[in-house]
Amino acid sequence: MTEPVLTVSGLRAHYRTSAFGVEREVRAVDDISLRIAANEIYGLAGESSSGKTTLIKTIANAIQPPLEVLAGSVVFNFRDRSVDIHDVTPRELSAIRWKHLSYIMQGSMNVLNPVRRVRHSFVDFAFRHIGQPMPAFLEVVRGHLQRLHLAPDVLDAFPHQLSGGMRQRVTIALATVCRPEFIIADEPTTALDVVVQKGVLAMIHEIQRELGSSILFVTHDMSVHANLADRLGIMYAGRLVEEGRTADVFRSPRHPYTAHLIASLPRLGDSAPKKGLEGAPPSLASPPPGCRFHPRCPRATEVCRRETPPMAWLAEGHRAACFHPASEAAT
Amino acid sequence: MGRTVLHLLRFNRQFATGVVLLAVVAGFSCLSFFSPYPPNDSFIVPPDLPPSWDYPMGTTSRGQDLFWLLSFAIRNTLLFGIVVAVLSRILALAIGLVAGYSGGLLDRALMSLNDTFIVIPLFPILVLFYFVMREHMSWGLLALMMACLGWAYDARLIRSVAMSLRTREFTETGIFSGMSTRQILVEEHLPYVLPIVFSTTMNNINWSIGLEVTLSVLGFTDINTPTIGVLIYWANQHTALVAGIWWWIFFPVLLVVMTFIGLFLLAVSMNEYIDPRSRLGRTGG
Amino acid sequence: MKGYLIYLLTRLGQFALVVFIGINITFIVTHATPIDPVEQSIAAATQYGSTSPEAIALMRQSLKELYGLEGGLGDQYLAFWRRVAVGNFGPSLSAFPTPVAVLIGRALPWTAALLTISTLLTWVLGNLLGGLAGYYRRSRALRLAGVLAMTFHPIPYYIVAFLLLIVFGYLWPVLPLGGGSTMNMPREWSWAFVGSLVSHSILPILSLALVGLGGWFMGMRSLVSNIVTEDYVVYAELGGVERRRILASYVMRNALVPQVTGLAMSLGAIFNGAIITEQVFGYPGVGTLLVSAVYAGDYSLVLGITTVSIVAVSLAVLLIDLLYPLLDPRVRAR
Repeated sequence: MTEPVLTVSGLRAHYRTSAFGVEREVRAVDDISLRIAANEIYGLAGESSSGKTTLIKTIANAIQPPLEVLAGSVVFNFRDRSVDIHDVTPRELSAIRWKHLSYIMQGSMNVLNPVRRVRHSFVDFAFRHIGQPMPAFLEVVRGHLQRLHLAPDVLDAFPHQLSGGMRQRVTIALATVCRPEFIIADEPTTALDVVVQKGVLAMIHEIQRELGSSILFVTHDMSVHANLADRLGIMYAGRLVEEGRTADVFRSPRHPYTAHLIASLPRLGDSAPKKGLEGAPPSLASPPPGCRFHPRCPRATEVCRRETPPMAWLAEGHRAACFHPASEAAT
Repeated sequence: MGRTVLHLLRFNRQFATGVVLLAVVAGFSCLSFFSPYPPNDSFIVPPDLPPSWDYPMGTTSRGQDLFWLLSFAIRNTLLFGIVVAVLSRILALAIGLVAGYSGGLLDRALMSLNDTFIVIPLFPILVLFYFVMREHMSWGLLALMMACLGWAYDARLIRSVAMSLRTREFTETGIFSGMSTRQILVEEHLPYVLPIVFSTTMNNINWSIGLEVTLSVLGFTDINTPTIGVLIYWANQHTALVAGIWWWIFFPVLLVVMTFIGLFLLAVSMNEYIDPRSRLGRTGG
Repeated sequence: MKGYLIYLLTRLGQFALVVFIGINITFIVTHATPIDPVEQSIAAATQYGSTSPEAIALMRQSLKELYGLEGGLGDQYLAFWRRVAVGNFGPSLSAFPTPVAVLIGRALPWTAALLTISTLLTWVLGNLLGGLAGYYRRSRALRLAGVLAMTFHPIPYYIVAFLLLIVFGYLWPVLPLGGGSTMNMPREWSWAFVGSLVSHSILPILSLALVGLGGWFMGMRSLVSNIVTEDYVVYAELGGVERRRILASYVMRNALVPQVTGLAMSLGAIFNGAIITEQVFGYPGVGTLLVSAVYAGDYSLVLGITTVSIVAVSLAVLLIDLLYPLLDPRVRAR
């Protein structure tokens, strides 16, 4: 078994602010550990304010005050080196970025510099990694674009001249032009309409197969995970509550929150009315004691209110953090 | 609103400094009501005396006690600024709100007019106005003229607030839930419009006092009413600096600079407080 | 290309509208007064002696003609516009018979030069410092610069000019205080002359810069602090683009766009400041000319300067507007 590309251990990252005499600590990422193997698409699911955006920011080392990493490590295992992303010099970080670790951002409406042509973004991000003189570099880029079924003259356009879907595809091309081993994709299809979404997802799937990169794919849309992710992790209130192979998680969710997420997906032939979950996600500044899900959990007992359930392996490659996990589904 | 002010006072150094400066200036101007000398009398005290216990700010070449004279001057200057600000608020609010809420052709027409007033250099026009008015120039007339010329920049700001309010969700919710227009305007929109009106008022007062001082120093206003600018005008007429009567220039300039900086700090700190993005930055949202 | 053409036409139309309204305002101001400038001039001219009634009648006639006040309001309006269109404001009263246009023509280059140099300097420096201050938030030096800039900014141009005059006139007299160049120096393009031009313009430029810097500094600083949270900047940081490049190409370049608009909008105010500053330092530009014209009761000259100021500033704004699409490609497309 080869080393995993990404190993997150005991990661804790909080927002700490002190303004107007008021101190606040938002526990956005609270003790998370996970592993992602090579050539794997790992889906991360959870509603907004579950902390998943903070988690990927921390993994990508896009830390800005008031966000602070309090504990844990994020270790990448690339082709030629092994690094803790928080323990590198800025120079090394710049060498890693884009060549080994790239990022597809949420709502890619606005990720390209609006006053410069698309070409310049490619130059800024990738030129130093490809290591060829400019004309050869541009040829490489054009070839890459063509392989992804994009017209090379998109390089001469300004971002506002491209449609939203087009911009997203260009961003994906940009994120993959250096053939990185690890790509973080943060809600890449959320702002797009369904038809365009399909095309973009297909593109991501294709490029992943070709490059053999690992992708950490974050979205709250469970149907996208069902189609794309090899493994799936569910986040709730700053913690990982369940993780396993996508098929396993969908077939027999162990944590009540996961069960709810999956049950909310519409299915052919299922006309039963959907029941919403009571309550609202907890404030990450003052989360409930014990298991953070207990105020909304139908199976909550006294121990859930007092103690935090640890992540436990419940089946092969399938773990959940619950004192009363559901048993293996019959199907 | 009161709680906001107290909050700002405690935590925002700029706001607190501005309030202190203005309190000193305003307090000083109130002293004018206790002045033992009427403002326009001259040669009532020995002229050209430097500051001392008897005359805390010295006396002028026209035999006036600078301390009491200055209290009148700053009072008149402040009053002038406030009057212009109030008058131009009316215009700025009227045009800004109408343009912002109605949109379309009316908005475009008003904005073309607005841009004109922003671009045109106002000083030559004011000078021309003085030139044709001469002895008939009064403070009220000048205030009116400046209000008619100085509404443009603020109207634009108010318009953008109005435009964003018009399309916001809570407006449509209000309409759909049957709130009357008046209710919507007062309860939903006013809390957003008021802060910007407040900060633009501060800036406008600075602008109008600045123009008043500039025009008065050149002698282009009624030089018989004491204002800061008129004081400096007379000081220049009597070549105060050359004659070594530095206090005649120093104290008026000091007081008016305090006013400018005080108002400016208030406007800036208010603006920063309103701006939601900077607020997020402070509370790490 | 078509987008730009439409933009060009819109801007030209705006320019024409501004000039039209501005000059109309001038007309209204001059004619909305109860005072008759003719009678005023006559009173000023005849106060030191007795003049025969025929002479006064002749004066009245020629002054009326001079000021374009013959006929009813409608005729006056047309006559007014005819003069403005040609640029003929008649002879100046105080410098008779030199035409007003010539006087203004002599003064305008000085004002234009002062304005252009000081505005460019202030705008570039203010935006640069403000941008750096917005990006490098912890820098003590930049924060201090900010406090200094903000201290001078609310003070009106006149007072700053006056204070500079005091400082350099009485306390530390190292710079010339008046005029545009050393008197009695031959006006040729020699090093000496250019040197005197420069030394005489230092104080006016300094005065304008001290007041103006604060505005650009604050605006740019707040723009930059907002822009660094924009997606394309965050993305560039995630992409490992080097900091200098992000600052220049992603942050500043985008922040400058609204600052150019701001420049166009402030030109009127900067012009006001420039002509006041000129007056304080006796700089031979339009400002000094205007004030002395008022003191001399020279109606045509005051009117001429006002009109020319309006047209000149509007023209400058038009120029900036036309250059704007070069900076912001989004405008070219619309």
